[in-house]
Amino acid sequence: MPSEQWTHPEPGDGPAAVAAQPSPEQVIAGLRATSEGGAELTQLLTPEGQRVPSERFDRYVEDVDDETLKNLYRDMVLVRRADREANAMQRQGQLGIWVPLLGQEAAQVGSGRALQPRDMAFPSYREHGVAYTRGVDMRELIGIFRCTDHSGWDYQAHRFHPYTIVIGNQVLNAAGYAMGQKFEGKVGDEGGEATICYFGDGATSQGDVHEGFVWAAVYDAPLVFFCQNNQWAISEPTERQSRLPLYQRARGYGFPGIRVDGNDVLACLAVTRWALEECRHGNGPVLIEAFTYRMDAHTTTDDPTRYRLSDELEEWKLKDPIERVRAFLARGGHADQAFFDSVQAEADKFAAELRDYTFNMPEPPPDRVFSQVYAEPSPVLEAQREEYLSYLDGFAAAGEH
Amino acid sequence: MTDLQKLTIGKALNLGLRRAMEEDPKVLIMGEDVGKLGGVFRITDGLQKDFGEQRVLDTPLAESGIIGTAVGLAVRGFRPVCEIQFEGFIFPGFDQISSQLAKLHYRTQGKVKMPVVIRVPFGGGIGAVEHHSESPESLFSHIAGLKVVSISNAVDAYWGIQEAIRSDDPILFFEPKKLYHSGALKMEVDTSTAPSRVFASQVVREGTNATVVAYGPSVKVALDAATAAEAEGKSLEVIDLRTLSPLDLGPVFESVRKTGRLIAVSEAPSESSLTSEIAARVQQECFYSLESPVLRVTGFDTPYPPAKLEEHYLPDLDRVLHAVDRSLAW
Ligand SMILES: Cc1ncc(C[n+]2csc(CCOP(=O)(O)OP(=O)(O)O)c2C)c(N)n1
Repeated sequence: MPSEQWTHPEPGDGPAAVAAQPSPEQVIAGLRATSEGGAELTQLLTPEGQRVPSERFDRYVEDVDDETLKNLYRDMVLVRRADREANAMQRQGQLGIWVPLLGQEAAQVGSGRALQPRDMAFPSYREHGVAYTRGVDMRELIGIFRCTDHSGWDYQAHRFHPYTIVIGNQVLNAAGYAMGQKFEGKVGDEGGEATICYFGDGATSQGDVHEGFVWAAVYDAPLVFFCQNNQWAISEPTERQSRLPLYQRARGYGFPGIRVDGNDVLACLAVTRWALEECRHGNGPVLIEAFTYRMDAHTTTDDPTRYRLSDELEEWKLKDPIERVRAFLARGGHADQAFFDSVQAEADKFAAELRDYTFNMPEPPPDRVFSQVYAEPSPVLEAQREEYLSYLDGFAAAGEH
Repeated sequence: MTDLQKLTIGKALNLGLRRAMEEDPKVLIMGEDVGKLGGVFRITDGLQKDFGEQRVLDTPLAESGIIGTAVGLAVRGFRPVCEIQFEGFIFPGFDQISSQLAKLHYRTQGKVKMPVVIRVPFGGGIGAVEHHSESPESLFSHIAGLKVVSISNAVDAYWGIQEAIRSDDPILFFEPKKLYHSGALKMEVDTSTAPSRVFASQVVREGTNATVVAYGPSVKVALDAATAAEAEGKSLEVIDLRTLSPLDLGPVFESVRKTGRLIAVSEAPSESSLTSEIAARVQQECFYSLESPVLRVTGFDTPYPPAKLEEHYLPDLDRVLHAVDRSLAW
């Protein structure tokens, strides 16, 4: 492991002859292991689309036949197509901002499809692919980015919590939810419940995430921490957050950590199923680090050319999560061109519907400013509301608005 | 030799930071994305390139960490200038601000100085998603031991940031993000003169019928309202508070004694806010001069709404003029 290159010397190892400090190059090599993600990366499908057997994880994807794999492929294509459409709509001024997931489709679809309907998911703000797997219609989340709404879906029906923008907050919320599952006796066998929580590599520096690790560990909460290490927190690379590969942190909190190829949908599915099973059986939390890459800007307001080299992007394009499934399906004769064409056509239709819906979204009425601030009505706020609405009426009466 | 430059608020801050760093090697800049990217608003653009990674720190992504380590660095004699990316993300650092940053000087009876500046882009009107448009300054004004200031123009930005950095007290420095890059607000700044002091309330437009007091982004709204009111034959005096805590209300009292009327404008919700404090103190000090109750034009007592509705939420020229009319009609 590259990380061992910079462990401090044992007492008696002699004076600082053993370099305790890594060179910047070692840090970068160790943390990013740019081409493979390091020796411990779990992978079931190589970038070339070759199936690699895994003694430990094959059993978690035994049921994945051609049809299922084709569905995973379809999921990823649809999600990417919607993502690109939203990105384009932002450029056309239809959305205030967009948070692209390009490159992270496998991590999101793979982990999302590992969940049972009874499980709960706590996303951050980039989890459009997970939302999709939870049955949230893409149209239900577009309002957040068109700035007509803060959250558009029924979180209980979908078991998909509202997006969380403040980095790391949702990790503690998820820990609490999972503790609740435990307290209600919903863990212990195959039928048990579990929770999954999504966050980025940058988020791992936040106190909330650290505290979430502590809470989940000491209460044996059935919580899968799913860190999408997409290598960047806006302009800051992962090595600005950690001196150790992130999955290795779990050990310090007393639960297992594992690094999975985040661009491998099959591996993400398998590893997340395993982790959820641990949780369902009451074995406590698991940290998954999905090693992936953000192939677009952080958001549509970001300019990655200021901090990242295009070589890096080119290298990751070769590991595209969708292309490797396509290669596998095509090479093995599991799917023909007609299948790929039909998925593409379906994706285009999916995107067109999203576009139509977005363009025709009604503006929220002014009243919405005051609605649902409290569960119990507040007379003070009610007075403010009435005063403001009658002020607006004044303009209407004067024919100005 | 004078060196007049026409600057936006953003550029003025950048140059002010640069000058402070040149003058004192103990000045550090720290925050998320402040280095290579130059900050998400580019306020620290080019500083890491010129001063190096030990003076402009791209920190791990943790606000409690940024502020907590700044406290320690200050104990060691540095003068950290922290950038919080958006006001909505300051709360992980709230504990460090209120428990340590604000209180160490008092707790040690002056033995420990806290020359820390926390720069906070704040306010709405940029069409953003949640947590990117709020105005939490009143929360910080409630914390004793902390100074809270806000700027509204390029001249004050340039000098204000330097004044804040030179101060031995901890300062929360609120910057109106909506106005950062406004070309229309460019101002001539003479960067060749000796430092000038910024943090005291200032009359920015004289008038006789009513006083409008504002700070940060609302100063522009107040000034626009004054221009519009003039066309209707009403003369408004506008005061930019600049210093929010401790409040410098002397010039406000003076003005109210002259005009007899006060309208306080702020984007923050009104309950238990700076505008509440202003109203209370003005009625206490100027009771016999007041011709009408102090009125407030503020954000509503709701969370910041989805941005498509922010035009309703934010005090605008019309709402200020409406309040002026109500005040004058008393
Ligand atoms: C508490 C907090 N601080 C700062 C921000 C601003 N911000 C938004 S996203 C981001 C980077 C997050 O990086 P990471 O956790 O790696 O997730 P990614 O966006 O790469 O998926 C930052 C600094 C925020 N949203 N919340």
